[in-house]
Amino acid sequence: MKLDSRTVSHLRALEAESIHIFREVAAEFANPVLLYSVGKDSSTLVRLAQKAFYPGPIPFPLLHIDTSYKFKEMIEFRDRFTAQIGARLIVYKNEKALADGANPIRLGTQKCCGLLKTRGLLDGLAAGGYDAAFGGARREEEKSRAKERVYSFRDKFGQWDPKNQRPELWNLYNGRIDRGETIRVFPLSNWTEIDIWHYIHLEQIPVVPLYFAKEREMIVRGNLLIPVEQDFVRLPGEKPQWVMCRMRSIGCSPCSGAIRSEADTVPKIIEEMIHARRSERENRVIDYDEEGSMEIKKREGYF
Amino acid sequence: MSAATPMTIEEFLAQDERKELLRFSTAGSVDDGKSTLIGRLLYDSKGVYEDQIASVAKASVNQSAGSFDFALLTDGLRAEREQGITIDVAYRYFATARRKFIIADTPGHEQYTRNMATGASTADLAIVLVDARNGVLPQSRRHAYIAALLGIPHLVVCVNKMDLVEFRQDVFERICEDFAAFAAKLDLKDVLYIPISALLGDNVVSPSARTPYYRGPSLLEHLETAPAGRRYNTADFRFPVQYVLRPNLDFRGYAGQVASGSVQVGDPIMVLPSGRLSRVSSIVTYDGGLAEAYPPLSVALCLEHELDISRGDMLVHPSSVPYVSRRFEAMMVWMNATPLEVDKTYLVKHTTHQVKANIRAIRHRVDVNTLEHVPAVRLELNEIGAVLVETVKPLYFDAYERNRVTGAFILIDPMTNETVGAGMIRGAHGHEPPRKQREAIEFEFTRVTPVERYARAGHRPAVVWMAGDAEIAFVAERKLFDRGCLVHVLEEAAQGEGIARVAAALAESGLLVLCVAPETAGEQAAATRQAAGAERFLTKDYREHAGEPEQAADDLVRTLEEAGFLPVTSFGAGEGI
Repeated sequence: MKLDSRTVSHLRALEAESIHIFREVAAEFANPVLLYSVGKDSSTLVRLAQKAFYPGPIPFPLLHIDTSYKFKEMIEFRDRFTAQIGARLIVYKNEKALADGANPIRLGTQKCCGLLKTRGLLDGLAAGGYDAAFGGARREEEKSRAKERVYSFRDKFGQWDPKNQRPELWNLYNGRIDRGETIRVFPLSNWTEIDIWHYIHLEQIPVVPLYFAKEREMIVRGNLLIPVEQDFVRLPGEKPQWVMCRMRSIGCSPCSGAIRSEADTVPKIIEEMIHARRSERENRVIDYDEEGSMEIKKREGYF
Repeated sequence: MSAATPMTIEEFLAQDERKELLRFSTAGSVDDGKSTLIGRLLYDSKGVYEDQIASVAKASVNQSAGSFDFALLTDGLRAEREQGITIDVAYRYFATARRKFIIADTPGHEQYTRNMATGASTADLAIVLVDARNGVLPQSRRHAYIAALLGIPHLVVCVNKMDLVEFRQDVFERICEDFAAFAAKLDLKDVLYIPISALLGDNVVSPSARTPYYRGPSLLEHLETAPAGRRYNTADFRFPVQYVLRPNLDFRGYAGQVASGSVQVGDPIMVLPSGRLSRVSSIVTYDGGLAEAYPPLSVALCLEHELDISRGDMLVHPSSVPYVSRRFEAMMVWMNATPLEVDKTYLVKHTTHQVKANIRAIRHRVDVNTLEHVPAVRLELNEIGAVLVETVKPLYFDAYERNRVTGAFILIDPMTNETVGAGMIRGAHGHEPPRKQREAIEFEFTRVTPVERYARAGHRPAVVWMAGDAEIAFVAERKLFDRGCLVHVLEEAAQGEGIARVAAALAESGLLVLCVAPETAGEQAAATRQAAGAERFLTKDYREHAGEPEQAADDLVRTLEEAGFLPVTSFGAGEGI
């Protein structure tokens, strides 16, 4: 394909669109926040926010909902990365649920997520009085997200109603809300997983080392590789093994499966994706709980 | 990307990096097989991930028989799965070796005109599906009308289910003729007809042997080669200011996305609504400065002068100024269950500007099946009509036909906060009332703005501080006056302490002011520059030109032209203001 000097590549077009969204929200909302999950999409989101307000600082804080079941490497990366770029980081935990002993084995993954992630998120947003929250969700990720708006309206209880979303035309976003209502904003709506990795590669954006293959101690359960960060995930008789592997998506350690992989650079990861073509969510145990489970969680306020 | 074309990851990334993005919309009636077609495009381009196919296999829904239901790949939400129809705009992504694609997949149900308009708003190309067995139905015409209304430059009519009519040429050709007769009324310039079978794959990805009479490209081939990004206007520079970047006292940048045209460092720009002039001193991005910016880049512009500019203002090129008005005619797609009411207060969101507005009149409603104009007193959900909009403050806009960014707006109900309508400002070609008529009504309730003064004068005000013989100034004054300019010479003798205030006041009222002075610098020059504003203040030294006033006067006029104060051609300046 011939490209003249004014032809814009798809990544530059997506970048420009995301920057536009960041600036709209910063201009129209009183108190926005960026939901920072430490994963690769969050890293991309933060870089785009830096670009949107350069040479100024990112004019809103980063909020991490820490379930306390995150990988140690994630927390280390989070603290180093945010300090390096001079971002304001706020960490929120559902201390009450944790004190009551919430964990995925005792409650099951659905309830645990509901308390530590969904409740934690809603409480964390309420505690900060945020009226807009940026998230890294992409429409391509999962079927129920294909119809998600860039500005996703949530009522006073943080609920999402798929039948009652505002029409979104051109790049004209309607950010009008009443007191107590919020908007979730998805600047990466139109990015695909390959776009994200390719952009990380081109821009040399730092990501958590868990994405890169190395020998790790894992519990091998059927097709799943489960990290042994938390003792309680082990079933009787299960013994950890050293496996060359990496994480395709990063969440809480008990619920994040790993894949066997030799990919220790971004291009190798992309290559692996092209060959394997498995959705990144396959190894998140939680999505298999129920057909359409993501939609139920979204209605309840999960990202 | 497929195993059939082995390449190293470095080759893949190099190729991928240069891919363009094409956004297209699809519309079809319930049984036209649209979901099947999209599923086929995603599947055949290997855009469907393995586990998504696995999840389709175990989905617990009774659907049409067959070994693999492509439609299930795209029908997402529970409610739809139960009803077996898609009910909202869904976005899909796939890539080929040549391009990346975003599909806005919109339902074809009559009550979902609003979704079709939503999907079409960002598309470079639209696919309309026609069932070969049924021919061109009212829905097909409606899809074509909405594609035309939303300004999509390319239309593809896929005559689907050709397998069910034995791939007959006469069936295909009759549908093409029917559709072409309708398309002719819509001013659709680029329409391609393709006979396909989404179910069997004929002419979807590769050409079919079963349609020898069709020699055009397959659908995918066409998608890979149709010009992308045509939805941008390349002629008129428009930069709606989104956000003012002010990290410290030394930096003031205006952040925004280039809506149309292009801008280079050094270009003159005009600020709307103030009408102040300046030049672009730098184009700033995180990745370094740019020499030029064009759509759809998001950048920050720094200007030579410190002007009072905020969100909602627009930077434009002084030789091509948009309409500035509180009243405009528009086509309106109504998107809410509560009908549009005349004289109710709404909010208009147009570029980065949000203002209160009323619909002053409904000119007519359009019957989307027949294109007839029908009298109407209100617009119901999914109805389309022509309206007169009046805003509390002036907007700066172009006709949607000319500019899909500065011609578009949404209407918000301030009570419910819902987006209730989508508007397309109508062009000057036949729709727009003549300029004189508009001028009489436009500004009736507002104070005279600088932009109106420029429109009246046909040029922008300037103060030229000229060292040299007064005769040069008078020759230049005559030349400018004969061109129709408002111009006045302030002679040295007339000057004193008050010169700065007098020159500034004359400029304020729209005049070109020529101050004759003994030298170009000095206290009075500095005071005048400050009073009149640095961006409209020029100095010229003609002390060497005493014997050649003609030459010096020509140079002065040329200087004013080059600095953007005088229109160089009749196009642009003042046009439409």
